[in-house]
Amino acid sequence: MPILWLVLIVLAVSAAGFFLGRARALASAGGSSRELHSLPSYYGMNVAFSVLVPSLLVLAAWSLLQPVLIESSVAKLIPAEAIAEGSNLDLVMSDVRRVADGLDVAVAQGVMSADEASTTNVDGAELRATLGEIGVALGADVDESVLTAAQAFRSKTANAGLALTVIVLALTVAGFLFSYLRTNKDFRARNVVERGILVLLMGAASIAILTTVGIVLSMVFETKNFFGLHSWTDFFFGSTWAPNFRGDSELSMLPLLWGTMYISVVALLVAVPVGLFAAVYLSEYASKPVRSFAKPLLEILAGIPTIVYGLFALVTFGPFLLRMFGDGGTFGVDLMTDARSVATAGIVMGIMLIPFVSSLSDDIINAVPQAMRDGSYGLGATKSETIKQVVLPAALPGIVGAILLAASRAIGETMIVVMGAGAIARFAGNPLEALTTITTRIVSQLTGDGDFASPETLVAFALGLSLFVITLGLNVLALYIVRKYREQYD
Amino acid sequence: MYDAPISSESAVSQKDIKIAADKVQVYYGDNHAIKDVSVQIEDKTVTAFIGPSGCGKSTFLRTLNRMNDTIDICRVEGDILLDGENIYDAKVDPVQLRAKVGMVFQKPNPFPKSIYDNIAYGPRIHGLANSKADLDVIVEKSLRRGAIWDEVKDRLHAPGTGLSGGQQQRLCIARAVATEPEVLLMDEPCSALDPIATAQVEELIDELRESYSVVIVTHSMQQAARVSQKTAFFHLGNLVEYDDTSKIFTNPQDERTESYITGRIG
Amino acid sequence: MSDSSMSNTPKTSIHTLNARTKKRNASETRFKAYGIAAIAAGLMMLVVLLVTIVGNGYSAFTQTFISLEVELLESKLDKKGNRNIEDIKKVSTFGYTPLLQTAFEEKVAELGIETELSKKEMAGILSKSAAAEMRNLVVEDPSQIGNKVAFTFLANSRVDGYLKGRVTRESIANDKNISVAQLDFVDQLKEQGVVVKRFNPDFIFGADASDQRPEAAGIGVSMAGSFFMMLVVLGLALPIGVAASIYLEEFAPKNWITDIIEVNISNLAAVPSIVFGILGLAVFINYMHLPQSAPLVGGLVLTLMTLPTIIISTRASLKAVPPSIRDAALGLGASKMQSVFHHVLPLAAPGILTGTIIGLAQALGETAPLLLIGMIGFIASNPPSGFAEGLLSPNSAMPAQIYEWAKRADPAFYERAWGGIIILLVFLITMNTIAVILRRRFERRW
Repeated sequence: MPILWLVLIVLAVSAAGFFLGRARALASAGGSSRELHSLPSYYGMNVAFSVLVPSLLVLAAWSLLQPVLIESSVAKLIPAEAIAEGSNLDLVMSDVRRVADGLDVAVAQGVMSADEASTTNVDGAELRATLGEIGVALGADVDESVLTAAQAFRSKTANAGLALTVIVLALTVAGFLFSYLRTNKDFRARNVVERGILVLLMGAASIAILTTVGIVLSMVFETKNFFGLHSWTDFFFGSTWAPNFRGDSELSMLPLLWGTMYISVVALLVAVPVGLFAAVYLSEYASKPVRSFAKPLLEILAGIPTIVYGLFALVTFGPFLLRMFGDGGTFGVDLMTDARSVATAGIVMGIMLIPFVSSLSDDIINAVPQAMRDGSYGLGATKSETIKQVVLPAALPGIVGAILLAASRAIGETMIVVMGAGAIARFAGNPLEALTTITTRIVSQLTGDGDFASPETLVAFALGLSLFVITLGLNVLALYIVRKYREQYD
Repeated sequence: MYDAPISSESAVSQKDIKIAADKVQVYYGDNHAIKDVSVQIEDKTVTAFIGPSGCGKSTFLRTLNRMNDTIDICRVEGDILLDGENIYDAKVDPVQLRAKVGMVFQKPNPFPKSIYDNIAYGPRIHGLANSKADLDVIVEKSLRRGAIWDEVKDRLHAPGTGLSGGQQQRLCIARAVATEPEVLLMDEPCSALDPIATAQVEELIDELRESYSVVIVTHSMQQAARVSQKTAFFHLGNLVEYDDTSKIFTNPQDERTESYITGRIG
Repeated sequence: MSDSSMSNTPKTSIHTLNARTKKRNASETRFKAYGIAAIAAGLMMLVVLLVTIVGNGYSAFTQTFISLEVELLESKLDKKGNRNIEDIKKVSTFGYTPLLQTAFEEKVAELGIETELSKKEMAGILSKSAAAEMRNLVVEDPSQIGNKVAFTFLANSRVDGYLKGRVTRESIANDKNISVAQLDFVDQLKEQGVVVKRFNPDFIFGADASDQRPEAAGIGVSMAGSFFMMLVVLGLALPIGVAASIYLEEFAPKNWITDIIEVNISNLAAVPSIVFGILGLAVFINYMHLPQSAPLVGGLVLTLMTLPTIIISTRASLKAVPPSIRDAALGLGASKMQSVFHHVLPLAAPGILTGTIIGLAQALGETAPLLLIGMIGFIASNPPSGFAEGLLSPNSAMPAQIYEWAKRADPAFYERAWGGIIILLVFLITMNTIAVILRRRFERRW
């Protein structure tokens, strides 16, 4: 039974349960809701939730676990010799899935009968042709063990689906009966329902934790695989990034880290002075109309998607720099060979970060108590003296926090560097030359045609994990500083 | 020196007039906060402004060194003369004015710097010291005037925010004194302090009278009686009565003053 | 200690500015100027960006069309003459090309245009999609065979670029796809009104095209992809985000677990978006085997990414509801849960909605995670026909489509990319405007 139907049945039973439960509660009180412990609808909700929650939870958990369990049991069916040279279990398993899908399609289109599909042991080439006709393209003739595995896969999936249906429906009925029979006028339905809702709310709050766990786990496992295939010393301490398909790739993070840091520093050199001065002007000098006009306009810069900045860097700003600094350019210097460069990506990223720095600093400057400024004005200080010597030093920790957050943004930014920074991994110092970054390499290693189990692909997860750790460190530090700073003036 | 008009009813004084305000009006937007206030503040005297909260005494104090300039919607009319010079004249730079008319605020507001740098802040921006040695002298002298030198001399480079409330307020007074002002304005300087610290600050105010004209806003009548020689009573933005402190507290001329002093309004 | 040394300094007039004050005021002016310069620089960047976007992108909304009457010769399209649809389908687009060439010859003769171009070169100014367009018509309605049918074909992107000023006679010196003579020919046809540039709705509503035919590419299908992703984000992130915020703000005990959740959420909000892409690839595609390139997967990834934003803004709006409201409800005997759901939540709703719209707008413009779950490089030729197909069949999304165009070699696609950005920005501006209006309209100050 398709899962959609299952969900619909559960929902329908749950809705019916609501009305039945409410009616039963009212009946038990002789139709007078004053006799009830809780409002009638709470009894209905109790039944509805009792139906809904357990069955949907089982459904969700099952759908998460089923693929792994089936896959690992099917994988045992594939003999080691069936895995061809240069291939691996993962690739064979994806063939198995594709064949199984193909058989499903064949049955659905009536090309094969259900029996035929699960028992056929036709020759691989013939099966490939059959499936090809109905639009399921296979890369190679179907190996016998793959076919057996695919059939096992289908039967296990079908059995699992049947079991799931039975279990979910049983839970639905059990939940309904249990809660419906419990419904009477003295049952504390509101307390039970509220406790249930609280658990759901807690569940929602823990999704944030689950996301983090998911991020870490997904990357840690693949990173472990990567370090199984590639030396970790090369990754962390090597000096060359040169993936190739001959199997002797050098995959060191350091040149990428250099590019990332270099571009981030350029971005901060643009964003911090402009953003900080803008924040100072807006919070200390600007009249109300100017402030209410300029602040939202500046913040538009932060709302523009990064793809726009990326395109701007690639099509407009990079070529502009090239016309200035390239061969035969306006300045007559030949420092730039390609429109993509550290400066292209860095400056454009800096523009993007201006409102980020300015609105964070603006908040922080506004948190400095007015009494501090008054004290300075009372001594005859000018506004700029007050700002430079009293307000900014007082706001310094907060501003440092803001800059760290901006730095973490810059390090993790992807589209602008993918489109504007280039793809050359090296330790270059000229800001007008192309460099590459961690994020660009993640994109290119994961979107290429590479074999998923090869170190050239897996390195992306190690890079992602490193990126996550770096930005997480910066964020934790920055948030801690900002928090401490705010507490000081609260 | 006396080109300011002198109101006939004002008490005869043998002292110089430091600040002469004439028909001062202050508006906050549409709100007429100070109505037609004329007052003459003497040199080397402590003048107290008293009155119920919201009566305009703090607002008026802030007009005396143009601290109200920092509030956009505030507008001042009338003349305020400092040594015969109108402080609201277009030629006046409030920065230079405030160097002469220092201010101490209700809540102690030391800068997040060391004690030394708190005191040195004013002299530095006004260029009063030619050398580090000069500055050291000024800092020590000011801290002594603020009656806090003995308590902090061993930790001049500790942060000013680490001091106790009373110490902080004396630090702020010392900081105000360090720029060598001629008038010191104090806006309820003891309201955030405990009784012991209050006594210390009051004692200090009495000493400062020897060199400065001190104007203090207070909501404590006892404090006004203790520290001031002249008292001005404000009510609803009007200056109701201005006279010798002893006279105000013993024989007020106006019914409202009497009601306030005896605790019927407030 | 001598008092006189401090109070007996010579009296200076406040009506004359001393030299030091002048110097200080000059530095004040300079400092203020830096501030103004910074604001001006920021605003100038904004203007430059907007001018670049509009200047480069507006032309994507118009397209050059060529109107031709083509005789659908039976001898070419249905040699057997029995209108058997299977036989007609066997004629590939190559079979239609000669008809186009003939149509040009006739047109030239009819208008009296003199040209040295061969008929093949004349037909070269058409889009490569012209023959397919004719074939589609014929396959759909074989009865048209033998008729003379008026078509409005797309012009080749070079011709289009010529009319838009992107392509000039100088710039095509090394271009094999078009010649100066062909441009002259276009000029002649334009005078006769055969070649016209007009508004092209297919750019907004149509599907992407292969990289040989930039003139036929549209953003409509990826717009649908974005729409379904936003549907997923809205359907998941809003309820989960609100539930999580209610728990954290109203019920959570103050302990280390809650602390960890809070720190975790503020950190998730700052995790680079590409990391969410890696998560999506590893969990949703490699582990759960959800279909690649499906808007459902994109929506799930963007949900996880948007969740912290929504939680943070929802908590802020819950916090803004004064405790007195809760106390009032509790005082009447309502349970904590009732006070929250009956009183606090409705009062916080405008703020929650505002935060959600802003979160959605952020998700709509996000590109990086979509690259990793395969939402680029894929050309969906038809808009999804239903809800399930919209969620599950491979598609692209607006920003991913823009990136895809930006990657292609032909500069004609840059125009498409900028045009796509205009459409994307129109959506973002609309969403943010709604958020601002909501905030203005319902904002309460307690």
